[in-house]
Amino acid sequence: MNIVVCVKQVPDSAAQLSVEGGQISWGEAPLVINPWDEYAVEAALQKAKDLGGSVTVLSMGKESETEALKHALAMGCNEAVLVSDPALAGSDNVAAARVLAAAIAKVDDVGLVFFGKQAIDSDTGTLPAQVARVLGWPALTLVSAIDELNADGIKVERAIEEGRQVVQSGLPAVVSVIKDYGEPRYPSFMGIRKAARATIPVWALGELGIEAPSPVVAWPEVMAPPQREIATEIITGGSPAEIAATLADKIMAEKVL
Amino acid sequence: MTNKIWAYIDQFKGEALPSSWETIGAGLTLAESLGGGVTAVVFGENIKGVAEEAFQYGADEVIVADDPTLGDYRAEAYTTLLAKLAADSAPDVILFPTTTRGREVSGMAAVDLNTGVLVDVTALEVVDGVVVATRPIYAGKLLAKVQCSAKPQLITLRGRAFAKPVEDATRSGTPITVPAALTEDEISVKVVDYATVSGGVSLADAAVIVSGGRGVSNNPKLTPPGDLDEAGQEIWKAQQGFKLVGDLAAALGGAVGASRAAVDAGYIPYSNQVGQTGKVVAPDMYVACGISGAIQHLAGMRTSKMIVAINKDPDAPIFKLARFGVVGDLFEILPPLVEAMKARLGK
Ligand SMILES: Cc1cc2nc3c(=O)[nH]c(=O)nc-3n(C[C@H](O)[C@H](O)[C@H](O)COP(=O)(O)OP(=O)(O)OC[C@H]3O[C@@H](n4cnc5c(N)ncnc54)[C@H](O)[C@@H]3O)c2cc1C
Ligand SMILES: Nc1ncnc2c1ncn2[C@@H]1O[C@H](COP(=O)(O)O)[C@@H](O)[C@H]1O
Repeated sequence: MNIVVCVKQVPDSAAQLSVEGGQISWGEAPLVINPWDEYAVEAALQKAKDLGGSVTVLSMGKESETEALKHALAMGCNEAVLVSDPALAGSDNVAAARVLAAAIAKVDDVGLVFFGKQAIDSDTGTLPAQVARVLGWPALTLVSAIDELNADGIKVERAIEEGRQVVQSGLPAVVSVIKDYGEPRYPSFMGIRKAARATIPVWALGELGIEAPSPVVAWPEVMAPPQREIATEIITGGSPAEIAATLADKIMAEKVL
Repeated sequence: MTNKIWAYIDQFKGEALPSSWETIGAGLTLAESLGGGVTAVVFGENIKGVAEEAFQYGADEVIVADDPTLGDYRAEAYTTLLAKLAADSAPDVILFPTTTRGREVSGMAAVDLNTGVLVDVTALEVVDGVVVATRPIYAGKLLAKVQCSAKPQLITLRGRAFAKPVEDATRSGTPITVPAALTEDEISVKVVDYATVSGGVSLADAAVIVSGGRGVSNNPKLTPPGDLDEAGQEIWKAQQGFKLVGDLAAALGGAVGASRAAVDAGYIPYSNQVGQTGKVVAPDMYVACGISGAIQHLAGMRTSKMIVAINKDPDAPIFKLARFGVVGDLFEILPPLVEAMKARLGK
């Protein structure tokens, strides 16, 4: 049984973003693997070791964008595939789900597909469930621990608003992993060398045997958030009790409570 | 089911999540431009009370599916039913709260209905009869206008971004009941168990959040029990700090948050983390105690209405966003602040 893990390439979380001529710019900041997806790669590598299968890391993006795939290879994934086609520019999340599902279907004997929780650029967090829906597989999202996994099925703990829910399903299944799963490993020296040498196959829509799904979500405008004018007032003077009393009065006077 | 605007009510064990009612409020505002009223949709088991509340919060019609197969939320069962109802009645817009379930069901229903989903929206407007949404992207560093050309337009609303309608106890109605779409055999996921965290105000719904950072472990005056190792001593110290943070949260009827540094150091569970890789919150008041204000933390709380910062370091970036700041030791400021706030709030 093999495993696929889906990763996205995003601007570093510390990047200073701006909008220039309607285009998003992140200056000199590097593109990196979406931080949530490192947890997914970690889970995929652990489970492949338990089950004795191979891990294919999959990303949909521009042909030049392979940093995330290389990072995952360096962590220990066996294969990497980039899904890229000029016709995919402007895909919305349902379109992306259909394309990734078609790519997953092309990989042999897939029992599990891992995702991160959410992409830190678009912040949608819907793709794992959507890919599962396209494939017709169970969606086990926001998983913090995998309690049982064998050829017949999987039992996981999920985080919900109310706490934890333990669910089980058959395989194949789609799993999105959250941070509680455990710290992702660092790429090894050997891994980094292997990844640097790897040639990553690119699958275009022709190879997937599908037409470009037509996106219905448009982003007519991107803008910087309105600058908030905040007049910061530093409360000083007197003992901690006096400062606390002044602060409490000022908080009450703002009438937000 | 004639209304063009639907509001999906997210409930857990017969209790609606508070942000669900905001979907009815936002729906009623849209209805002023688009016409008609708002139809609330509730799925679950033993949810009569939720349906009644939906009327009280302003829904003019409530669709209820009350069935044992819907007792535990399962994405497949909920999505299949919602997509079926929407395919039959063709609403123009379905609003969801951006809860874990709301996000999932809306995303999956978008696949079934061949439409799109606009997630975690903070503002809505109607332009030439089309709903245009505003949503933060890159953790709020930018805003995007988004719109969906297919119908229904599925939209999830960020908690607390839209006002909750005023409850009117005199309103009532008779729900339209519909059957579940799948039988138990057709649902592949089984719920085995729950470990629910009881009580407390959830970060998403809290009007006030008091958060602690790495600074909460920094009180040299405390002497931890001698039998702890170094890491244990640090955590013990941090827990004393978080107790003060919790006291202030309790005095203000709020929730406790944390920076990632506090979570990573094991002071407090990840579910309390605020920030780019934690929860994004927008309370009326956010009090940051011993938090420096790294860009990834600010991403999670910058849209709070009023920010108060307590930090030893006058140059901490958190002060730039703060309406009020105290440059000082949180261990000295918090205890009298708790008392002062209690006195002013009449507690
Ligand atoms: C990909 C990525 C994602 C991240 N996501 C998040 C996220 O979601 N949320 C998040 O918070 N961070 C996140 N971070 C981490 C972030 O960059 C910072 O490291 C973190 O926010 C720092 O936490 P802190 O402010 O508690 O600690 P520090 O930066 O160490 O600050 C501690 C502060 O406490 C003050 N202090 C110390 N003692 C006292 C005292 N007795 N009284 C008063 N003040 C005191 C100090 O002056 C200092 O300003 C992320 C980082 C990366 C790379
Ligand atoms: N372009 C992409 N290629 C591969 N996987 C992706 C892509 N975009 C998102 N994902 C995966 O889907 C998860 C959720 O993304 P999103 O729904 O876009 O927030 C991410 O954490 C990734 O695991």
